[in-house]
Amino acid sequence: MAQAPGKTTFTGWLFKGPALTLLAFFMVYPILSSLWMSLQVGKGMNFSFGGSANMWRLTQDAVFQQALLNTLTLLVVQVPIMITLAMLMAVALNDPSLKGRALFRTAIFLPCVTSLVAYSVLFKSMFAFDGVVNHFLEALHIVDQPIPWLSDAFWAKTLIILAITWRWTGYNMIFFLASLQNIDPSIYEAARIDGIPRWAQFVKITLPALKPVILFTTVTSTIGTLQLFDEVNNITLGGPANATLTLSLYIYQLSFKFMPSFGYAATVSYVIVLLVMILSFIQFVVARDRRRS
Amino acid sequence: MNRRLHRIMIYALLSIAAFVSVFPFLWLMLGATNISSDIQSGKVTPGHALFDNIVKLTQQVDLVQLFYNSTKIAVIATALTLVVASLSGYAFEIFRSKLSDRIFAGLLAMLSIPFAALMIPLFVIMAKLHLINTHTAVIIPTIASIFMIFYFRQATKSFPTELRDAARVDGLNEWQIFLYIYVPVMRSTYAAATIIIFMANWNNYLWPLIVLQTNDTKTLTLAVASLLSAYVPDYGVVMVATTLATLPTLVIFFVLQKQFVQGLLGSLK
Repeated sequence: MAQAPGKTTFTGWLFKGPALTLLAFFMVYPILSSLWMSLQVGKGMNFSFGGSANMWRLTQDAVFQQALLNTLTLLVVQVPIMITLAMLMAVALNDPSLKGRALFRTAIFLPCVTSLVAYSVLFKSMFAFDGVVNHFLEALHIVDQPIPWLSDAFWAKTLIILAITWRWTGYNMIFFLASLQNIDPSIYEAARIDGIPRWAQFVKITLPALKPVILFTTVTSTIGTLQLFDEVNNITLGGPANATLTLSLYIYQLSFKFMPSFGYAATVSYVIVLLVMILSFIQFVVARDRRRS
Repeated sequence: MNRRLHRIMIYALLSIAAFVSVFPFLWLMLGATNISSDIQSGKVTPGHALFDNIVKLTQQVDLVQLFYNSTKIAVIATALTLVVASLSGYAFEIFRSKLSDRIFAGLLAMLSIPFAALMIPLFVIMAKLHLINTHTAVIIPTIASIFMIFYFRQATKSFPTELRDAARVDGLNEWQIFLYIYVPVMRSTYAAATIIIFMANWNNYLWPLIVLQTNDTKTLTLAVASLLSAYVPDYGVVMVATTLATLPTLVIFFVLQKQFVQGLLGSLK
């Protein structure tokens, strides 16, 4: 080695310096600051110490509870549907004898180049009451009456779920495809010679090999859905009657729409942090237990 | 027979999935040529209103300014993120120590902190620095992207140590090794990162929405959102604006599809 180790280490810190400095100011400090803010009460820039007042307010706040319930509902319904779809499409596209694989893959992957705002525009207009989707469903005799996508609580939630699934399924599929390519084809060959049916091959060979990707995509999708903002702000504005109000949208409204209530908004944001931590932890534990058994 | 039926079903399902994925893009292009009421009543044929929609859009917003703002923010943020994230990602892999590894683990834990928990303090910081309504405020918090630091650290694992050792024997210092050996060798890693960072910044919505408050500083994405949020949105105009906002990322996707996919997968290696 041409240089003394001590000097090399110092150079290493210089390399990390810009990133660590920026993170200290724009990541660590805001995290601590919002924790401190969550203990403050007051409007605008006038704070006073409120202790656990904001936490009590959470238990009294029906709007918050609805936002929490909405966010969890979207999460519980949407993430499993999307991950399953992504996995099945990847398995279908991984078959080398399939014609037009590249074309299918590109088409299904395409939605993730759109910005969240851009695809909100598309979904809002396609799902208008007299819009193209309702025409299509009526023409196919799937429904007799147009569906009130934007004005009914149940259908508005469904619309948001459809929209997120459209945008992110192809994105997640790419991770499954990459992982499938790492499975040795000779394992399937051996299974076929032993006369093991295809569904059993899927359960015994494919699924276990995909476990890390399932975990990865589930965790990232969970974090993404818990932070859901752009779509609901642009497609439904949280409506009708708060039916699609998410936690992030509520925080935004508390901070920047009405008379700002930063302290309480910070408290609500820590609810998301807590949910992310709990759900990630559960998902890791579930993944580990399955691996053991 | 059973096998053939199975095959046909797979083709049918994939075709439906492909159609559903691509249709909104066709809808976007059709919409740009139609008038608002036709769009809302689900017209799926091209119209004659493209020129009118473009004219109306240019009357409502300053397109040149919006393109300039979006491009400026995305280009500067991308360049700075590449420098900061690759330097530190490289160093977290090459110059390791107990403390360095611990800090890195801490960064990974912070990856799961939602932006909603940061945006209020960030807004207060920017207000104190008098940076509200500036592009600097939009760019600064995005530069030290933990995801990108992680991405470069993972990619550095494939950087051959022999190259580094040889360069040291030749008397290059650590900065020269990084600049003259690492950067050229890792150019495909940089290409993929560039696409991801550029798209993220081009499409960014929530933080610019909070920070940028006047029309002369706003981005194309913000302009699309505000056209859409009008009490009676003119969908023809919105569609033209959305097409313009989507075109750059669409072009990048088709030209650099391989690097784009590789970039997404970089974090999984």
